[in-house]
Amino acid sequence: MKTTLKQLAAGAVAALSLGLMAAPALAADTIRIGSFLSVTGPASFLGDPELKTLELYIDKLNEDGGLLGKQVELVHYDDVGDAAKARTFANRLLRQDRVDIIVGGSTTGATMAAVPLIEQAGVPFISLAGAETITTPVKKWVFKTPQSDRQAARRVLIDMKERGITKIGLISGTGGFGASGRNVTKEIAGDMGVEIVADETYNPKDTDVTSQLTRIRGTEGVQAILNFDFGQGPAIVTRNYDQLGIDLPFYQSHGVASDSFLELAGDAANGLRLPASALLVADKLPKSDPQYQVLNRYKNDYEGHYNESVSTFGAYAYDGLQLAIRAIKQAGSTDKAKVRDALESIDGYVGVTGTYRLSADDHMGLDAESFRILEVKDGDWALTQ
Amino acid sequence: MATVKTHRKAPGLIALFVILAVAPLLAANAFHYDLMIKICLTAIVAVGLNLLVGYAGQVSLGHAAFYAGGAYASALLTQNYEFAPLPAMLTAAVAVGSLAWLVGRPILHLKGHYLSMATLGLGVIAAIVINNEDQITGGPDGLPVAPLSLFGHELSVFGSYEWFGMTITGTQLWYLLAAGALFLAVWLALNLIDSPLGRALRALHGSEIAAQVAGVDTAKYKLRVFVISAVYASVAGSLYAHYSGFITPDIASFGHSIELITIVVLGGMASTYGVILGAAILLLIPQFLTGFQELEMVLFGAILMAVMIFMPRGLVPTIARRFQKEAA
Amino acid sequence: MFSEFFQFSFSGITLGAIYALVALGFTLIYNASHVINFAQGEFLMIGGMGTVVLMDAGAPIYLAIPGAIVMAGIAGVLLHKLAIAPAKNADVVTLIIITIGASIFLRGLAQIFWGKDYHALPAFSDTESLSVGGAVLLTQSLWILGIATLLVVALGLFFTRTALGKALLATSMNKDAASMVGIKTGAILTLAFGIAALLGAVAGVIVAPITFTAYDIGIMLGLKGFIAAAIGGLGSSTGAILGGLLLGLAEAYTAGYISSDYKDAVPFVLILVILFFLPNGLLGSRAVERV
Repeated sequence: MKTTLKQLAAGAVAALSLGLMAAPALAADTIRIGSFLSVTGPASFLGDPELKTLELYIDKLNEDGGLLGKQVELVHYDDVGDAAKARTFANRLLRQDRVDIIVGGSTTGATMAAVPLIEQAGVPFISLAGAETITTPVKKWVFKTPQSDRQAARRVLIDMKERGITKIGLISGTGGFGASGRNVTKEIAGDMGVEIVADETYNPKDTDVTSQLTRIRGTEGVQAILNFDFGQGPAIVTRNYDQLGIDLPFYQSHGVASDSFLELAGDAANGLRLPASALLVADKLPKSDPQYQVLNRYKNDYEGHYNESVSTFGAYAYDGLQLAIRAIKQAGSTDKAKVRDALESIDGYVGVTGTYRLSADDHMGLDAESFRILEVKDGDWALTQ
Repeated sequence: MATVKTHRKAPGLIALFVILAVAPLLAANAFHYDLMIKICLTAIVAVGLNLLVGYAGQVSLGHAAFYAGGAYASALLTQNYEFAPLPAMLTAAVAVGSLAWLVGRPILHLKGHYLSMATLGLGVIAAIVINNEDQITGGPDGLPVAPLSLFGHELSVFGSYEWFGMTITGTQLWYLLAAGALFLAVWLALNLIDSPLGRALRALHGSEIAAQVAGVDTAKYKLRVFVISAVYASVAGSLYAHYSGFITPDIASFGHSIELITIVVLGGMASTYGVILGAAILLLIPQFLTGFQELEMVLFGAILMAVMIFMPRGLVPTIARRFQKEAA
Repeated sequence: MFSEFFQFSFSGITLGAIYALVALGFTLIYNASHVINFAQGEFLMIGGMGTVVLMDAGAPIYLAIPGAIVMAGIAGVLLHKLAIAPAKNADVVTLIIITIGASIFLRGLAQIFWGKDYHALPAFSDTESLSVGGAVLLTQSLWILGIATLLVVALGLFFTRTALGKALLATSMNKDAASMVGIKTGAILTLAFGIAALLGAVAGVIVAPITFTAYDIGIMLGLKGFIAAAIGGLGSSTGAILGGLLLGLAEAYTAGYISSDYKDAVPFVLILVILFFLPNGLLGSRAVERV
């Protein structure tokens, strides 16, 4: 009897602790931008620059007088790369913090877990994750800024065809990005006249993939190797590829488009190609390029403020934020339906990732041309023409 | 005899009932309900796991596999085979229970850390299968799940329902369902603990050899409780799948298994109410720590260590004992 | 044909040597205190990341490496003094949760102070790879194998030839008897944690040129080390080495000859099969329950 009473007391404490999390006072005069990103955990190389970008530009925006005469407030949670946590935090943003718009979702899993809640709540959401399923079929409230993995695969295969390559070996990570990339590559390769003769995978945490690469090298007729993945895995693949002395043309995906990849992979990266936005070669672009200004401005802002090199992942957040700001300005309020309509009508915003032409049937708005094929030369990125 | 038992169980159950009934008063919005629903569902797994770990003294580091098994089986049966959610949930529970029975037979002969290792292995294998078979499971990017429907009535989180003249939101209804399921789970567990099986298990926890000498068929009882705990996890997993509407292989991960065992140990092994508190604490900590951003991991690790060092029996048993000492 | 076999074998033995070193750390702590230390992987992280950080701060590599190893040793000693020793009468599961808490704590600290980026250490030799039998052998693999062998021999000598080592061995066999003959078992246990941490840190440094290093590298390597230790039979040093090598080779051959999709499941299937036939691992002694 005694114990159960104590247990009752303990339970009451637990129940009360819920009450402690009372809703924060909603300041009526701010515009609230919500965000959930994978700032720590296995996808932190995405979430970290994304959050830094959002913080930097929202500060700048407030210094310049805010938006519609109001200050802008960023409400951010770290989902640790876990879809279930992302869903919980999305719910918190929608129901407790009552944000006006959400810019976030570093990974496809995190984004898709939050989508049902967001659709129901009717809040505009700009995702920063890659897979095509996010905006195909079109969902009323969901937009995204990165190109789809299908476009990346298509861009790589086009480049291969131009070099006369028709038989390739594919090696991908078993994480979300790698698995999705592997699937779309296999789907479209046939139509594009490229045959995948070897198909290997590795765990994103693996420290050695020489066995898989040896297998690919030993496959008859392989003319090139494509590695579809993000994180540090591709750097290990690249090093093993070099150590084994394989001299086939080597391709990576847009998932490694950052200077930290070059630092990890070192000299082994020389000669590899990948599709990426032009950010990594911003200073090498002709001044006439329509993206020249926006690219260099973002690069200088970010590198000047954080003293670390930019990545194309942070740029997804930059574009997401700029789209949100534009839409709110155009709507003249934070009325959710108006902002959503305004987003859909953005046609020709020149961003860092590409030029966005959104519409009612395209909630991503980039074409495969926004990818440029880069090649690593002497440890630096270079444009191929 | 029977009446004595009900007397002993009643205060705890009434307390639980009151807490579950009063909790909604503290919920200011749908997000709070969401947390409470998740606490209830996680607590169901913990109550089941506690039967195995706390009472029978057998450690499982792979219980997330059973949870994920229930979730994925429910999702796939409703989506691909036109099962209604309720039969799907039962089929899933039977399937997961049978699986536990099959794998339990060989591995429950193992002792101590080898059993931990074997359950860990099973859990990881399950996670790898779910991750790799993306044609079926949707792979790492996850799988959408249909909303729950009971006897033809859809119970969507997003719906709104008329009940005896009151309007009740889908989330609130879900809370009632989850809280009811937890209550039922606790009631069943308490009955089980008082049954001959429960007594045999406790004898087993003390010393397996002594239990065997006393004529307890330890293998049979261990296997039974292993299957029961797996079914608890499966049902909670099925409910979670329908509730959240989207599942990813994260729920099968080693990290999730560790989270589940942590809840049991933190709340208090062999304390059914303790593990409910454990579930509440472990799910709420991240919500309180959001303001600390980078410090979150350090704080979480420090809290976990501190509680376990200073309260090695877990929160509720330690606190209960302290109160008893003072009263004495 | 043979060149492929050699290639898979080189890869497997290198991985195996790494796993074996981690497994040895598990074994050492398990023997001394019957704790499964889930924070063992973090010692590798401290070794690798510590070296990177000290080098960034301007220390030459021959100072950075010992510095990082000492850092890990201190962490190991503190882990025992502050977290394991105070909970001495706790349940086995409780101790597991404490070490899990410690690993999250250490990882969190590393993330705050050392950042989340991956880093590469330079290989120890200038020539990066050799060609052997048509396959490529990394010189760093030779370093790993050489240092691992050296450590195993040194550890063996320590246990059989030094008073301290013998005291540790005695403590692990029977704590009460050991304390009765005047061995300070508390200090001996702390020593075991310290040595395990040093072992882990050395492993973390020598693998960093191949595997990279980051704040979260310890999760995967720690888990693999645990599996290797269990395959070999918890508590057996020879078993830990054997288990590590077996695990590494199994992974490499599966990825090379069968399917890379299910390569990660192999260690776990392996351990289930082994435990099915040998419930105490390959070389583990039969656990005797005291009635």
